[in-house]
Amino acid sequence: MTRYVIRRILWALVLFVVVTFVSYVIFFLIPADPVKLFAGRQATAEDLARAAHYYGLDQPFYVQYWKFLSRLVANGIIGKHAMGFSYANRQWISHVIKDRAPVTASLVFGGAVFWMLISVPIGILSALRPRSLADRGATIFVFIGISAHPVFLALIFLYIFGYKLQLFPIGSYADFFNPPEGQPGGPIQWAWHMFLPWCTFAILFAALYVRMIRASVIETMSEDYVRTARAKGAPEWIVMRSHILRNALLPIVTMLGMDIALGMGGAVFTESVYSLPGLGQAVVQSLETFDLPVTMGVVVFATTAVLIVNLIVDILYAFIDPRIKLA
Amino acid sequence: MALLDVKDLRTTFRTDDGLVKAVEGVSFSVEPGQTLGIVGESGSGKSVTCLTIMGLNDRRSAVTTGEAFFKGDDLLTMPSSKLRSIRGNEIAMIFQDPMTSLNPVHTIGWQLVEAVHLHQDVSRSQARASALDVLKAVGIPRADQRIDDYPHQFSGGMRQRVMIAMALINNPDLLLADEPTNALDVKPQAQILKLMGTLQKEFGSAIVLITHDLGVVAEIADDVVVMYGAQVVERATVNELFARPSMPYTWGLLGSLPRIDHDVERLAQIPGSPPSLLNPPTGCRFHPRCKYAMSICQSVMPELLAAGGSATHLSRCHLDQATRDAEIKKLESGHFAEVT
Repeated sequence: MTRYVIRRILWALVLFVVVTFVSYVIFFLIPADPVKLFAGRQATAEDLARAAHYYGLDQPFYVQYWKFLSRLVANGIIGKHAMGFSYANRQWISHVIKDRAPVTASLVFGGAVFWMLISVPIGILSALRPRSLADRGATIFVFIGISAHPVFLALIFLYIFGYKLQLFPIGSYADFFNPPEGQPGGPIQWAWHMFLPWCTFAILFAALYVRMIRASVIETMSEDYVRTARAKGAPEWIVMRSHILRNALLPIVTMLGMDIALGMGGAVFTESVYSLPGLGQAVVQSLETFDLPVTMGVVVFATTAVLIVNLIVDILYAFIDPRIKLA
Repeated sequence: MALLDVKDLRTTFRTDDGLVKAVEGVSFSVEPGQTLGIVGESGSGKSVTCLTIMGLNDRRSAVTTGEAFFKGDDLLTMPSSKLRSIRGNEIAMIFQDPMTSLNPVHTIGWQLVEAVHLHQDVSRSQARASALDVLKAVGIPRADQRIDDYPHQFSGGMRQRVMIAMALINNPDLLLADEPTNALDVKPQAQILKLMGTLQKEFGSAIVLITHDLGVVAEIADDVVVMYGAQVVERATVNELFARPSMPYTWGLLGSLPRIDHDVERLAQIPGSPPSLLNPPTGCRFHPRCKYAMSICQSVMPELLAAGGSATHLSRCHLDQATRDAEIKKLESGHFAEVT
């Protein structure tokens, strides 16, 4: 177990270096000069040189990358100075992330709860009655969910439920814990504001999961041990709960870990349309202004989060599936 | 009154290719504490007969008619809640493949305790105590430690012991064993059979043992049903069957047994393969493979009639008694194995 965790952490470090390094290379390959942007339109050559020196952009990229890495290590990944400050507004990156990560986390984890709540019952129902009306209905839902782009869905939802029916707020966010002065906050406001984003974000994954859960449950239903459970005299609901679902949902747990990570990428679209001040929005803005530290900050944070989530899922898996030995 | 009385059992499966008549008019009965062997090749309908009695066929594709009286109540027509209270309690079943018949994500203790709780209103610790007792009874070494192990931590033979423990835990009156030794090596095979014999004496259960091995039947059965192509082709006590087998398929089965008193180069086999149940042959199901086949065999299905002058001995064959007697003589002399 310990050896497994150590090996996984070493792997995570390698991945971490690769991901951040590639991000750095891509940034320096973009044929645009952030210095010009920051120094202003009327800057002289001397001003430009001073600005470049101030930001450290006069050094070759590998020196900059090395400085970036050593600063991370020296300050600890969550330290205030660990990731420097934004070129655009000189905010500490750690502050940017502290402000924005909870928004993205609300969207992604809330969305994951949503898509599981939708897909588990629908998947089971359509597995129980294949080719029934309900199953065909579920198939149509799957097609729509897989085909519709989140931006398209978000606009439709906003138009119908936000603008026409006025059931949900348009383009704002309510903080769960500490709302800014004069703005709505608290759990109920938070959930109300997040409801449409959750639906939008969850639909694609819900559709994929309906398919997977349906297939997995159907496959498990024909296992010999399910017949054994019936032969023991177990009523159908116990057969479903303790014997079919317990086995059929095992592969789904692994998928869930990977898809939560994948979902962070997809969250960019949802955040943009609903104007949620999350990491996705931050990274889009930083790319438009060549604000390297913000981009790198989000990349570092997202990579770390993904690696941690996956590690947790893998360890969890060893507990729910006794056949897996972590070694 | 017989413990289990099966009358004219018929099971048909709807498949994409058409109707498959997997069991056609099977009748037999089992007395309390007795052992009935059901013998036949793969696909002869042995397993489906048992699964039908237990109500374990896929309800969407299987159609069943006939009667299966257990202690006087028809298992096939009783409400499903009543059937559930009998399954695993008064009638228990052991399956062919112990490797896949136990749930991989629960400890064997959990699965045994579940079997107790489904039928008895006892505390957790009492259920666990009886689980431990029955594991010891089936010969699991260090049962008190192994009770918390998962199925994948056991060998095939040990898993089948666990399956037997699970079947016996509620002290059933009838045990249906569907080729329980099929997936095992020779040594655990012998051990499991011996164990079943011992436990039968201890628990007093009647056993229906499905097998394709007449050697096994000779060892532990009281009565035998031989099935071929979804039908019963011969029914007898074990002594009658081995002393006076009365139809060619049974002769073929006996001829393919290795015998300690005769040396042969090759064991005899029955030529051809079992009939398709989707489109069975006309007349006698066995006639395409039967070297005694006459013209009547191709058109008229023989009835299951008394054979050899005993009320307990029935067989399904057009051959006259003189021919049968001659064949039985050959079989006794050991000559039979070479001529089939």
